[in-house]
Amino acid sequence: MTYNVDENGYYGEFGGAYIPEMLYPNTEEIRQQYIRIMEDPAFEKEFNELLRDYVGRPTPLYYAARLSEHVGARIYLKREDLCHTGAHKVNNTIGQILLAKRLGKNRIIAETGAGQHGVATATVCALMGMECIVYMGAVDIERQAPNVARMKMLGATVRAANSGSRTLKDATNEAIRDWINNPVDTHYIIGSVVGPHPYPDMVARFQSVISAEIKSQLQEKEGRSQPDFVVACVGGGSNAAGAYYHYLDDTEVGLIAVEAAGKGVDSGESAATSYLGKTGIIHGSKTLLMQTADGQITEPYSISAGLDYPGVGPMHAHLYASGRGEFISITDDEAMEAGRLLAKLEGIIPAIETAHAFAIFDKRKFKKDDLVVINLSGRGDKDLQTYIDYFKL
Amino acid sequence: MNRIQKRLQEDKKILSIYFTAGYPRLEDTVGIIESLEKHGVDLVEIGLPFSDPLADGPTIQESSTKALKNGMTTEKLFSQLQEIREKVSIPLIIMGYFNPVLQYGVEEFCKKCQEIGIDGLILPDLPLREYQLQYKDIFEAHGLLNIFLITPQTSQERIREIDAASEGFLYLVSSASTTGAKTGFGQEQEDYFKRVAAMKLRNPQIAGFGISNAETFAQATRHTHGAIIGSAFIKHLTENGASSAGEFIKRIR
Repeated sequence: MTYNVDENGYYGEFGGAYIPEMLYPNTEEIRQQYIRIMEDPAFEKEFNELLRDYVGRPTPLYYAARLSEHVGARIYLKREDLCHTGAHKVNNTIGQILLAKRLGKNRIIAETGAGQHGVATATVCALMGMECIVYMGAVDIERQAPNVARMKMLGATVRAANSGSRTLKDATNEAIRDWINNPVDTHYIIGSVVGPHPYPDMVARFQSVISAEIKSQLQEKEGRSQPDFVVACVGGGSNAAGAYYHYLDDTEVGLIAVEAAGKGVDSGESAATSYLGKTGIIHGSKTLLMQTADGQITEPYSISAGLDYPGVGPMHAHLYASGRGEFISITDDEAMEAGRLLAKLEGIIPAIETAHAFAIFDKRKFKKDDLVVINLSGRGDKDLQTYIDYFKL
Repeated sequence: MNRIQKRLQEDKKILSIYFTAGYPRLEDTVGIIESLEKHGVDLVEIGLPFSDPLADGPTIQESSTKALKNGMTTEKLFSQLQEIREKVSIPLIIMGYFNPVLQYGVEEFCKKCQEIGIDGLILPDLPLREYQLQYKDIFEAHGLLNIFLITPQTSQERIREIDAASEGFLYLVSSASTTGAKTGFGQEQEDYFKRVAAMKLRNPQIAGFGISNAETFAQATRHTHGAIIGSAFIKHLTENGASSAGEFIKRIR
């Protein structure tokens, strides 16, 4: 039994490549090449050097003593917030830009929700001297203004998606349409473990450095490489996929996925896909999807732009359906309070996406000696305005 | 033999029209089909609207959004089409995205299509591989032709593979674009159509994307068996209402 992808691009019943023929040549080219490219020693060398010297890896695994005492468990934080650009997203964009170069592409497109993936893409495009176009929902452009400015500073063009709920889903639609219109010179850097096969697997592999480091760091600090639990927030699910990756088939390690409940899972304003979704097709993948009985995709809601997505990566859909993963949903209010708690106890202001992962302790009790690793996927600088408005700072 | 296959045996260039069901008004669907048949259209593609039409440009996105707001659903479309075969004999195709079909239940959807007298389906995001792995037998058991797309970037090898797996026709996407994005044809399209024609495929080819009037219809059909008009027809309906469908067709042929 494996929880990883199979040779047809499926995780259990989820995954595949449900794409129009216009996208077939591009995704097929990537499918045929990505493993070979990633396993090429020259690629590995370049990738690892950039992760070390440019991104700042390995990121620390930090024992959060005050939080541990407060919660009553032994909690380590994987400090992805210390990555260059402020979140784990850059692990994937470094990998994909190197892949794009090897595929001979010179124009990069990306979608972004919170702007973290957009910034990470704009950053690597600047690094490699490539043209960069980032699609972002008009609503998200409003609520993540610092990241929009950052992308522009880095030389990227930010294009507003004005269809649908004007958030991450719609930005992704527009990026896919761009790729249909530019099939030859363009590579689409998808920012999460979503999209048609092989994207979910490729992005998970680029992010798997997170759990590779957790293993060796935990071995060093605790004399064991397995925690009892790994906790991560899930929108599309890239930081969770990276944090889980090397533990997927190690069932002694509990995998806890934290979704955004928005104003409450049954409020009609939520993004808790595992709870609200049914099997469907979004952005080229068969996965759990929030939709009407008629198969129309419904508009999600979360205070956090990065979790505001009506689907979830097929790996996570399978972890949910198989019972391998434990899914918890957290409201806007709970996440905001957890963000403040982490700031006060540990001196770390997390991204609001990440704050969701710190809000589980009222709902999910741990034993005093449980070893829990929380993936601190991003920092909260970009969310300062939301924190200011919420707490009247 | 299926109505689509019969029509394709006739010695003429096929004019196929796409429109979004439930647009401009919810109850326009049947009237538009009748009018298209009356004015000599050869094949009709009834668009089942979807919230997130990835392969479509703004015109079809907007007509889909409006149709959904009007109250169009899969069930509603089937009920509108319930007696369509008492009114028209033209080949009918339902075109849409796969998710609404999946939610309805693929088997149930195909069964309903057969009962009504639908002849084929075009589901751009149900590609060959997934179709063959999971759904081919169901489509065939209900007498539905599944029409696949090919594009200027599709390799010769894959064109052969799709041709071998197809019954009916191949939907030749004229250029790398979403629907309604480009109009008119250049040397590049002409070469592409010729290249595909020279392959002597089993299935006839019908071109789509970028065809909007008599001139582009003539260009598109020089080396193909027919052409499909979608966005331009929908724009015409937006401006002139469903009752004017025939006027648009008169200008094409």
